[in-house]
Amino acid sequence: MASPQMVMYDEEARQIQLVCDRLSRDANAKAVLVIDKNGQPIAQSGETDHLDVTSLSSLTAGNVAATGGIAKLLAENEFSGQFHEGQKTNVHISIVAQRVILVVLFDERSSLGLVRLRVRKASDELTRILDALVKKAASSNAPSVFAEITDEDIDNLFND
Amino acid sequence: MSFINYSSREINCKIVYYGPGLCGKTTNLQYIYNKTNPEAKGKMISLATETERTLFFDFLPLSLGEIRGFKTRFHLYTVPGQVFYDASRKLILKGVDGVVFVVDSQVERMEANIESLDNLRTNLQEQGYNLDKIPYVVQYNKRDLPNAAPLEELRSLLNPNKVPDFSGIASTGDGVFDTLKAVAKLVLTELKRGG
Repeated sequence: MASPQMVMYDEEARQIQLVCDRLSRDANAKAVLVIDKNGQPIAQSGETDHLDVTSLSSLTAGNVAATGGIAKLLAENEFSGQFHEGQKTNVHISIVAQRVILVVLFDERSSLGLVRLRVRKASDELTRILDALVKKAASSNAPSVFAEITDEDIDNLFND
Repeated sequence: MSFINYSSREINCKIVYYGPGLCGKTTNLQYIYNKTNPEAKGKMISLATETERTLFFDFLPLSLGEIRGFKTRFHLYTVPGQVFYDASRKLILKGVDGVVFVVDSQVERMEANIESLDNLRTNLQEQGYNLDKIPYVVQYNKRDLPNAAPLEELRSLLNPNKVPDFSGIASTGDGVFDTLKAVAKLVLTELKRGG
Protein backbone atom coordinates (compact mmCIF):
# COMPACT_ATOMS: atom_id res chain seq x y z
CA MET A 1 0.00 0.00 0.00
CA ALA A 2 1.08 3.53 -0.70
CA SER A 3 0.80 4.91 2.78
CA PRO A 4 0.52 3.33 6.20
CA GLN A 5 -2.88 3.03 7.71
CA MET A 6 -3.86 5.83 10.03
CA VAL A 7 -4.71 4.64 13.51
CA MET A 8 -5.97 6.58 16.50
CA TYR A 9 -5.83 5.36 20.10
CA ASP A 10 -7.67 6.59 23.20
CA GLU A 11 -4.65 8.24 24.78
CA GLU A 12 -3.62 10.24 21.73
CA ALA A 13 -7.25 11.10 20.93
CA ARG A 14 -7.54 12.55 24.44
CA GLN A 15 -4.30 14.53 24.09
CA ILE A 16 -5.36 15.93 20.70
CA GLN A 17 -8.73 16.86 22.17
CA LEU A 18 -7.01 18.74 25.00
CA VAL A 19 -4.91 20.72 22.51
CA CYS A 20 -8.06 21.57 20.51
CA ASP A 21 -9.96 22.66 23.59
CA ARG A 22 -7.10 24.86 24.73
CA LEU A 23 -6.59 26.38 21.27
CA SER A 24 -10.30 27.06 20.95
CA ARG A 25 -10.26 28.89 24.29
CA ASP A 26 -6.93 30.72 23.93
CA ALA A 27 -7.67 31.91 20.39
CA ASN A 28 -11.25 32.97 21.21
CA ALA A 29 -12.26 30.72 18.35
CA LYS A 30 -15.75 29.64 17.38
CA ALA A 31 -14.54 26.15 16.63
CA VAL A 32 -11.40 24.12 16.07
CA LEU A 33 -11.17 21.01 13.91
CA VAL A 34 -8.38 18.53 13.35
CA ILE A 35 -8.76 16.60 10.10
CA ASP A 36 -6.55 14.03 8.46
CA LYS A 37 -5.25 14.88 5.00
CA ASN A 38 -7.73 12.47 3.42
CA GLY A 39 -10.65 14.36 4.92
CA GLN A 40 -11.47 12.24 7.96
CA PRO A 41 -12.37 14.26 11.05
CA ILE A 42 -10.11 13.48 14.03
CA ALA A 43 -11.10 15.97 16.72
CA GLN A 44 -13.32 18.98 17.18
CA SER A 45 -13.87 21.62 19.81
CA GLY A 46 -16.02 24.69 20.38
CA GLU A 47 -19.36 25.47 18.76
CA THR A 48 -19.56 22.49 16.43
CA ASP A 49 -23.17 21.40 17.01
CA HIS A 50 -24.47 23.40 14.07
CA LEU A 51 -21.55 22.44 11.82
CA ASP A 52 -21.61 19.66 9.23
CA VAL A 53 -18.18 18.45 10.32
CA THR A 54 -18.07 15.56 7.85
CA SER A 55 -18.66 17.78 4.81
CA LEU A 56 -16.41 20.50 6.16
CA SER A 57 -13.61 17.98 6.64
CA SER A 58 -13.91 16.56 3.16
CA LEU A 59 -14.03 19.96 1.49
CA THR A 60 -11.15 21.33 3.55
CA ALA A 61 -9.01 18.31 2.67
CA GLY A 62 -9.92 18.81 -1.00
CA ASN A 63 -9.01 22.46 -0.71
CA VAL A 64 -5.67 21.68 0.93
CA ALA A 65 -4.95 19.00 -1.69
CA ALA A 66 -5.73 21.42 -4.51
CA THR A 67 -3.57 24.13 -2.93
CA GLY A 68 -0.80 21.56 -2.52
CA GLY A 69 -1.13 20.78 -6.22
CA ILE A 70 -0.73 24.47 -7.03
CA ALA A 71 2.34 24.65 -4.79
CA LYS A 72 3.89 21.75 -6.64
CA LEU A 73 3.31 23.43 -9.99
CA LEU A 74 5.03 26.54 -8.66
CA ALA A 75 7.94 24.48 -7.30
CA GLU A 76 6.93 25.31 -3.76
CA ASN A 77 7.12 22.53 -1.22
CA GLU A 78 3.79 23.30 0.38
CA PHE A 79 1.72 26.33 1.29
CA SER A 80 1.60 25.84 5.00
CA GLY A 81 -1.40 28.03 5.67
CA GLN A 82 -4.57 29.52 4.20
CA PHE A 83 -6.93 32.19 5.40
CA HIS A 84 -10.48 32.79 4.21
CA GLU A 85 -12.22 35.95 5.30
CA GLY A 86 -15.99 35.95 5.54
CA GLN A 87 -18.52 38.52 6.68
CA LYS A 88 -19.21 36.72 9.92
CA THR A 89 -16.83 33.79 10.05
CA ASN A 90 -13.19 33.55 9.10
CA VAL A 91 -11.30 30.34 8.52
CA HIS A 92 -7.64 29.70 9.25
CA ILE A 93 -6.29 26.45 7.78
CA SER A 94 -2.83 25.07 8.42
CA ILE A 95 -1.02 21.79 7.86
CA VAL A 96 0.57 20.21 10.90
CA ALA A 97 3.49 17.80 10.68
CA GLN A 98 2.58 17.25 7.00
CA ARG A 99 -0.08 14.85 8.25
CA VAL A 100 -3.13 16.60 9.57
CA ILE A 101 -5.03 19.80 8.90
CA LEU A 102 -5.80 22.22 11.71
CA VAL A 103 -8.84 24.42 11.06
CA VAL A 104 -9.80 27.39 13.23
CA LEU A 105 -13.12 29.14 12.69
CA PHE A 106 -13.32 32.55 14.31
CA ASP A 107 -15.32 35.78 14.25
CA GLU A 108 -14.92 39.37 15.45
CA ARG A 109 -14.26 38.18 19.00
CA SER A 110 -10.78 37.19 17.82
CA SER A 111 -8.22 38.32 15.25
CA LEU A 112 -6.00 36.71 12.63
CA GLY A 113 -2.92 37.69 14.62
CA LEU A 114 -4.13 36.01 17.79
CA VAL A 115 -5.23 32.91 15.89
CA ARG A 116 -1.86 32.63 14.15
CA LEU A 117 -0.03 32.98 17.42
CA ARG A 118 -2.07 30.30 19.19
CA VAL A 119 -2.04 27.99 16.17
CA ARG A 120 1.75 28.00 16.19
CA LYS A 121 1.86 26.74 19.76
CA ALA A 122 -0.87 24.18 19.19
CA SER A 123 0.89 22.94 16.04
CA ASP A 124 4.04 22.20 18.00
CA GLU A 125 2.06 20.22 20.54
CA LEU A 126 0.12 18.34 17.88
CA THR A 127 3.35 17.50 16.05
CA ARG A 128 4.73 15.87 19.18
CA ILE A 129 1.55 13.87 19.72
CA LEU A 130 1.37 12.77 16.07
CA ASP A 131 5.03 11.73 16.00
CA ALA A 132 4.44 9.59 19.08
CA LEU A 133 1.27 8.17 17.54
CA VAL A 134 3.07 7.11 14.37
CA LYS A 135 5.81 5.40 16.38
CA LYS A 136 3.26 3.67 18.58
CA ALA A 137 1.23 2.43 15.61
CA ALA A 138 4.35 1.18 13.85
CA SER A 139 5.63 -0.71 16.88
CA SER A 140 2.28 -2.06 17.98
CA ASN A 141 2.30 -5.84 18.04
CA ALA A 142 -1.30 -6.04 19.12
CA PRO A 143 -3.30 -7.96 16.53
CA SER A 144 -5.63 -5.71 14.63
CA VAL A 145 -9.23 -6.07 15.70
CA PHE A 146 -9.97 -6.64 12.03
CA ALA A 147 -7.94 -9.81 11.87
CA GLU A 148 -10.76 -11.40 13.86
CA ILE A 149 -13.49 -10.33 11.46
CA THR A 150 -15.06 -13.24 9.66
CA ASP A 151 -16.46 -13.28 6.15
CA GLU A 152 -19.82 -13.76 7.82
CA ASP A 153 -19.41 -10.48 9.74
CA ILE A 154 -18.79 -8.71 6.45
CA ASP A 155 -21.75 -10.41 4.76
CA ASN A 156 -24.00 -9.46 7.67
CA LEU A 157 -23.33 -5.79 7.02
CA PHE A 158 -25.03 -6.10 3.68
CA ASN A 159 -28.13 -8.00 4.69
CA ASP A 160 -30.97 -5.70 3.84
CA MET B 1 -5.62 4.52 3.47
CA SER B 2 -8.30 3.50 5.88
CA PHE B 3 -8.47 5.26 9.21
CA ILE B 4 -9.07 3.09 12.25
CA ASN B 5 -10.12 5.08 15.26
CA TYR B 6 -9.96 2.92 18.38
CA SER B 7 -11.01 5.89 20.43
CA SER B 8 -14.37 6.51 18.73
CA ARG B 9 -14.56 2.86 17.55
CA GLU B 10 -14.90 3.78 13.91
CA ILE B 11 -13.38 2.58 10.74
CA ASN B 12 -13.32 4.97 7.79
CA CYS B 13 -12.64 3.96 4.20
CA LYS B 14 -12.46 5.88 0.94
CA ILE B 15 -13.97 4.59 -2.29
CA VAL B 16 -13.42 6.40 -5.57
CA TYR B 17 -15.67 6.12 -8.65
CA TYR B 18 -13.53 6.52 -11.76
CA GLY B 19 -14.38 6.50 -15.47
CA PRO B 20 -14.63 8.64 -18.62
CA GLY B 21 -16.67 11.85 -18.78
CA LEU B 22 -20.45 11.36 -18.66
CA CYS B 23 -20.19 7.61 -17.88
CA GLY B 24 -22.47 7.96 -14.84
CA LYS B 25 -20.23 8.27 -11.79
CA THR B 26 -22.21 11.12 -10.28
CA THR B 27 -25.47 9.35 -11.19
CA ASN B 28 -24.30 6.32 -9.18
CA LEU B 29 -23.75 8.50 -6.13
CA GLN B 30 -27.03 10.35 -6.60
CA TYR B 31 -28.93 7.07 -6.72
CA ILE B 32 -27.19 5.81 -3.57
CA TYR B 33 -27.94 9.10 -1.86
CA ASN B 34 -31.63 9.01 -2.83
CA LYS B 35 -32.13 5.43 -1.71
CA THR B 36 -30.26 5.50 1.59
CA ASN B 37 -31.94 6.10 4.95
CA PRO B 38 -31.29 9.61 6.25
CA GLU B 39 -29.58 8.28 9.40
CA ALA B 40 -27.06 6.32 7.32
CA LYS B 41 -25.90 9.16 5.11
CA GLY B 42 -24.45 12.63 5.31
CA LYS B 43 -24.92 15.47 2.90
CA MET B 44 -23.94 14.84 -0.71
CA ILE B 45 -21.58 17.48 -2.00
CA SER B 46 -21.08 18.11 -5.70
CA LEU B 47 -18.41 20.51 -6.86
CA ALA B 48 -19.73 20.94 -10.37
CA THR B 49 -19.68 23.48 -13.19
CA GLU B 50 -22.75 25.52 -14.12
CA THR B 51 -23.59 22.84 -16.65
CA GLU B 52 -23.49 20.19 -13.93
CA ARG B 53 -20.27 18.59 -15.05
CA THR B 54 -18.11 17.48 -12.14
CA LEU B 55 -15.41 20.08 -11.60
CA PHE B 56 -13.50 18.62 -8.67
CA PHE B 57 -15.42 15.82 -6.98
CA ASP B 58 -18.70 14.56 -5.59
CA PHE B 59 -18.66 13.37 -2.01
CA LEU B 60 -21.10 11.16 -0.12
CA PRO B 61 -20.47 9.84 3.39
CA LEU B 62 -22.27 6.57 4.21
CA SER B 63 -22.55 4.44 7.34
CA LEU B 64 -22.91 0.75 6.68
CA GLY B 65 -23.46 -0.49 10.21
CA GLU B 66 -21.24 -2.10 12.82
CA ILE B 67 -18.67 -4.85 12.66
CA ARG B 68 -17.48 -6.17 16.03
CA GLY B 69 -18.46 -2.94 17.73
CA PHE B 70 -16.80 -0.72 15.14
CA LYS B 71 -18.93 1.64 13.07
CA THR B 72 -18.03 1.31 9.39
CA ARG B 73 -18.08 4.54 7.46
CA PHE B 74 -17.45 4.79 3.76
CA HIS B 75 -16.61 8.04 2.02
CA LEU B 76 -17.62 7.82 -1.64
CA TYR B 77 -15.92 10.16 -4.10
CA THR B 78 -16.20 10.62 -7.83
CA VAL B 79 -13.50 12.12 -10.01
CA PRO B 80 -14.12 14.61 -12.83
CA GLY B 81 -14.10 12.42 -15.95
CA GLN B 82 -13.13 14.99 -18.54
CA VAL B 83 -9.61 14.46 -19.82
CA PHE B 84 -8.25 17.88 -18.91
CA TYR B 85 -9.03 17.53 -15.20
CA ASP B 86 -6.23 15.04 -14.69
CA ALA B 87 -4.51 17.02 -11.93
CA SER B 88 -7.73 16.90 -9.87
CA ARG B 89 -8.15 13.16 -10.45
CA LYS B 90 -4.69 12.51 -9.04
CA LEU B 91 -5.53 14.42 -5.88
CA ILE B 92 -8.75 12.52 -5.30
CA LEU B 93 -7.01 9.15 -5.59
CA LYS B 94 -4.81 9.99 -2.60
CA GLY B 95 -5.57 7.65 0.27
CA VAL B 96 -8.01 5.54 -1.73
CA ASP B 97 -9.05 2.15 -0.33
CA GLY B 98 -11.17 0.87 -3.20
CA VAL B 99 -11.97 1.83 -6.79
CA VAL B 100 -15.08 1.43 -8.94
CA PHE B 101 -14.45 1.85 -12.64
CA VAL B 102 -17.65 2.91 -14.37
CA VAL B 103 -17.70 1.93 -18.04
CA ASP B 104 -19.83 3.80 -20.56
CA SER B 105 -21.23 0.85 -22.55
CA GLN B 106 -21.90 2.85 -25.70
CA VAL B 107 -19.83 1.62 -28.65
CA GLU B 108 -18.66 5.11 -29.51
CA ARG B 109 -17.25 5.61 -26.00
CA MET B 110 -14.96 2.60 -26.18
CA GLU B 111 -11.85 4.66 -26.78
CA ALA B 112 -12.73 7.00 -23.92
CA ASN B 113 -13.16 3.97 -21.62
CA ILE B 114 -9.77 2.56 -22.54
CA GLU B 115 -8.10 5.93 -22.15
CA SER B 116 -9.69 6.47 -18.74
CA LEU B 117 -8.69 2.99 -17.54
CA ASP B 118 -5.08 3.59 -18.63
CA ASN B 119 -5.23 6.93 -16.87
CA LEU B 120 -6.50 5.27 -13.68
CA ARG B 121 -3.65 2.77 -13.73
CA THR B 122 -1.04 5.50 -14.31
CA ASN B 123 -2.42 7.83 -11.67
CA LEU B 124 -2.61 5.05 -9.10
CA GLN B 125 0.97 4.11 -9.84
CA GLU B 126 2.03 7.69 -9.22
CA GLN B 127 0.55 7.38 -5.73
CA GLY B 128 2.28 4.06 -5.16
CA TYR B 129 -0.77 1.84 -5.76
CA ASN B 130 -1.16 -1.06 -8.14
CA LEU B 131 -4.56 -1.47 -9.75
CA ASP B 132 -4.06 -5.24 -9.77
CA LYS B 133 -3.67 -5.30 -6.00
CA ILE B 134 -6.17 -2.84 -4.58
CA PRO B 135 -9.89 -3.58 -4.07
CA TYR B 136 -11.35 -2.90 -7.48
CA VAL B 137 -14.64 -3.59 -9.29
CA VAL B 138 -16.06 -2.67 -12.69
CA GLN B 139 -19.57 -1.52 -13.59
CA TYR B 140 -20.79 -1.61 -17.21
CA ASN B 141 -23.23 1.27 -17.14
CA LYS B 142 -25.92 2.37 -19.60
CA ARG B 143 -26.86 -1.20 -20.51
CA ASP B 144 -30.32 0.05 -21.53
CA LEU B 145 -29.03 2.09 -24.47
CA PRO B 146 -29.52 0.67 -27.97
CA ASN B 147 -25.91 1.37 -28.91
CA ALA B 148 -24.46 -0.52 -25.93
CA ALA B 149 -21.61 -2.82 -26.91
CA PRO B 150 -21.95 -6.54 -26.10
CA LEU B 151 -20.93 -7.36 -22.52
CA GLU B 152 -18.37 -9.95 -23.56
CA GLU B 153 -16.60 -7.40 -25.73
CA LEU B 154 -16.46 -4.91 -22.85
CA ARG B 155 -15.23 -7.59 -20.50
CA SER B 156 -12.36 -8.70 -22.67
CA LEU B 157 -11.29 -5.12 -23.37
CA LEU B 158 -11.77 -3.50 -19.99
CA ASN B 159 -11.64 -6.30 -17.44
CA PRO B 160 -8.95 -8.73 -18.55
CA ASN B 161 -8.15 -9.70 -14.95
CA LYS B 162 -11.77 -10.60 -14.31
CA VAL B 163 -12.32 -8.56 -11.16
CA PRO B 164 -15.93 -8.55 -9.92
CA ASP B 165 -18.06 -6.78 -12.53
CA PHE B 166 -21.69 -5.71 -12.84
CA SER B 167 -24.12 -4.54 -15.46
CA GLY B 168 -25.72 -1.25 -14.54
CA ILE B 169 -28.26 1.37 -15.44
CA ALA B 170 -27.30 4.02 -12.91
CA SER B 171 -30.23 6.29 -13.79
CA THR B 172 -32.72 3.64 -12.63
CA GLY B 173 -30.41 2.14 -10.01
CA ASP B 174 -29.83 -1.22 -11.68
CA GLY B 175 -26.57 -2.65 -10.42
CA VAL B 176 -25.71 0.43 -8.36
CA PHE B 177 -25.91 -1.17 -4.92
CA ASP B 178 -24.47 -4.47 -6.16
CA THR B 179 -21.40 -2.54 -7.29
CA LEU B 180 -21.11 -0.62 -4.03
CA LYS B 181 -21.52 -3.73 -1.90
CA ALA B 182 -18.91 -5.60 -3.89
CA VAL B 183 -16.26 -2.92 -3.53
CA ALA B 184 -17.07 -2.34 0.16
CA LYS B 185 -16.70 -6.06 0.81
CA LEU B 186 -13.36 -6.15 -0.94
CA VAL B 187 -12.16 -3.17 1.11
CA LEU B 188 -13.17 -4.80 4.38
CA THR B 189 -11.65 -8.11 3.33
CA GLU B 190 -8.41 -6.29 2.54
CA LEU B 191 -8.49 -4.71 6.02
CA LYS B 192 -9.03 -8.10 7.57
CA ARG B 193 -5.92 -9.30 5.77
CA GLY B 194 -4.11 -6.37 7.33
CA GLY B 195 -3.76 -4.41 4.12
